[in-house]
Amino acid sequence: MNPFRKCPTTGLAVHKDADALIKANAVAATVALLIGGVTAVLVLLTRWQAVHLLSDVWFYRILTVHGMNMLIFFILFFEMAVLYFASAVLLNARVAAPKTGWVAFVLMLAGAAMVEWAMFTGRADVLFTSYVPLKAHWSFYLGVILFAVGAILVTTIFFATLVVAKREKTYSGSMPLVTFGAMTAAIIAAITLLHGAAIYIPTFLWSLGLMEVDPQVYRLVWWGLGHSSQQINVAAMVAIWYLLGGLTVGAVVVNEKISRTAFVLYILFISMASAHHLLVDPGFGPSWKIVNTSYFMYMAVLASMLHGFTVPAGIELGMRLRGFTQGLFGWLRRAPWHDPGFSALCLSVVVFGFVGGITGVTFGTEQINIIAHNTLRIPGHFHATVVSGTAMAFMGVTYYVIPLIFRKKIAFYGLAKWQPWVFSAGMLVFSMAMTFAGTFGVPRRHWDVTFSGAPFGVEYSAAVDLLFAVMAAGGLVAAVGGAMYIVVTVWSVFFGKPLGDETTQAALAGAVPPGLYTRPFTELPAGTPKLKEHGKLGTMPGTMILVGVFLLAFVVYYFANWKLLSAMWQIG
Amino acid sequence: MYQTGMAPPQGVWWKPAHKSEKVWATVAFVWCMVLFAMMPIWHLRGGQNPSGIRAKVDPAAFQARVQEFIRDYQVDTDNGFPVVAPPPGSDVYMIGQMWSWLPVLQLEKDVEYTLHLSALDVNHGFNLYPFNVNFQVVPGYDYGLRIVPTEAGEYGVVCNEFCGVGHHLMVGKVIVTDPARDGSANNVGATTGEEQTSVASQPTTGTEGGTQ
Repeated sequence: MNPFRKCPTTGLAVHKDADALIKANAVAATVALLIGGVTAVLVLLTRWQAVHLLSDVWFYRILTVHGMNMLIFFILFFEMAVLYFASAVLLNARVAAPKTGWVAFVLMLAGAAMVEWAMFTGRADVLFTSYVPLKAHWSFYLGVILFAVGAILVTTIFFATLVVAKREKTYSGSMPLVTFGAMTAAIIAAITLLHGAAIYIPTFLWSLGLMEVDPQVYRLVWWGLGHSSQQINVAAMVAIWYLLGGLTVGAVVVNEKISRTAFVLYILFISMASAHHLLVDPGFGPSWKIVNTSYFMYMAVLASMLHGFTVPAGIELGMRLRGFTQGLFGWLRRAPWHDPGFSALCLSVVVFGFVGGITGVTFGTEQINIIAHNTLRIPGHFHATVVSGTAMAFMGVTYYVIPLIFRKKIAFYGLAKWQPWVFSAGMLVFSMAMTFAGTFGVPRRHWDVTFSGAPFGVEYSAAVDLLFAVMAAGGLVAAVGGAMYIVVTVWSVFFGKPLGDETTQAALAGAVPPGLYTRPFTELPAGTPKLKEHGKLGTMPGTMILVGVFLLAFVVYYFANWKLLSAMWQIG
Repeated sequence: MYQTGMAPPQGVWWKPAHKSEKVWATVAFVWCMVLFAMMPIWHLRGGQNPSGIRAKVDPAAFQARVQEFIRDYQVDTDNGFPVVAPPPGSDVYMIGQMWSWLPVLQLEKDVEYTLHLSALDVNHGFNLYPFNVNFQVVPGYDYGLRIVPTEAGEYGVVCNEFCGVGHHLMVGKVIVTDPARDGSANNVGATTGEEQTSVASQPTTGTEGGTQ
């Protein structure tokens, strides 16, 4: 029996084991997303002091569940699916070790189940970070270790698949940019998971009373896992930006060298961001803090700023080459905004950059961190990166994965078209309100900021109450967007109509995203039109203006924070 | 010839960058250098840096030091917590433990103190209300921050690192007096009669006395 099937849409030879592994990991990711989403609403309705839903014990417990499911289980299961897709599917190759892939999947599933059990039974009320010496039951640490071992195995299979593809000559030339980006994510994953082993194994032994773990060393090494794992997300997300650009509008790679160099900068420097969490810690001096928090002179920020240019530039150039040459923004106006893959891509780029990126770099500045550390500004920042950026991009690509891999039509396609807008708008309002509440000093991870029962009273400005209400409204809208995603994807996968071998617009319109029947990714139109120079703005004038606006917002926000800091007590 | 990111490039892909890319890469690089330079510049010119004096310390030893500090300089009791008024310019101590900050500090405006922060049991977080100033408080580590309170008033110390189920009850207090306005620095016994002292009001900026 032929282990491959030929994809009627893309013409790629898809290994059936890759199909099955992608499906399994994607389904597990969705289950984690569902748990994370329900707990998100519970956390939100508790922090909104007007409702204050959960008890103190259950608030911290559910917050732990929310963090683990969203930041570890959902994200990593999805990334495992991305790794199989970017290696085996895009390279026409077989999965190097499918049986090991299943072992890894079972390990990850068992580890996740163990952690869920420990959390829900109150054995691990330590939050996502589980800072030593706050102690959880050993099963919590062991579960994380099993999950990480599974993830390391999949990462290894990914590299092995790259080798197999090259040796078996399943493609000619160099590996595609999307695969290169996924490889970046896999390398960062290897670094991250080794940090995970380096901290969770000693902590597991400590929980059994077998050794000591220094609290400051724990924070240092743990953030080598905790922050770096979010950098896997960044790399995987950028790879998906390039993928979605190609799938939806036939975005081109403006220059392979620039985009790949930017990915290499991630590999070299992004893991230093562990320091972002240690800027107001007693264990490290200023030189260490400055060098590390800046990813050695902001080289990883440079990488993100390059991708932030090349992704929209690739879309602009792709559209212009296809004849959308009108004015500065004709290409953007006439883009397929009704395609959930395209709208998710654009919303992900914009919110990740403007809100997540700018706040992240600003709060990660050594001194400015004094007015940001452990306040609501921090979760405000990372909900704009991990949720509005990464999760939004993952959701967008799902609308293409369901037809391409699961071979199903999208159920409730009308709902799917609106989903990215609802989700992204809600998260944008939510994370901005959260960030602003944090500027008043409102702490993150806190059950009751009215401090009733505390020995001394603290009462935040009335603006904070308003911001909590706005945050709740945004969060609830985002939860509706998340629910729309789960309804559409679960229904499509389990009860959806099979796609068959149809590729024509007549058969597919209204059932799958338009990129799959207009197929802009197959090739550029014959007789490539010549690109017009727009004066100093060059051949991609729209993108030049967009990045200019971005830089302006960056500069204003950054220096406003220095101004805010200068009004504090003198500290040195 | 252009292609999408899904297609494998053929031949040599190391080609000169597009002009627009060169422009943006240069601008972005310069901005990154500005971002980097700001931190050392602020160490030289700015008034707020998280450097401090850092040392390892045995949590029990630090606790003993705090108790000695309270014994030497206690002037009052506020809601059951000792109020400590150390000499201007001295080393002052605050310890975080489940789930309180000890002691209540009474400092003078515009005087430099070295504030030693540490924790007895687990990680805690020092958050000064209503100023949004935050430091991590780690058991086994002494974080000695040279601080100059610039405004008189009463400040809350909120714990902003999760430290167990009583985390949200952990609120401490710092009182900053303005001797130029209040007369004697030790003359704050006026607030002690109250059951619970609120620090809800913004600290006064000392417009009358501060200008002298």
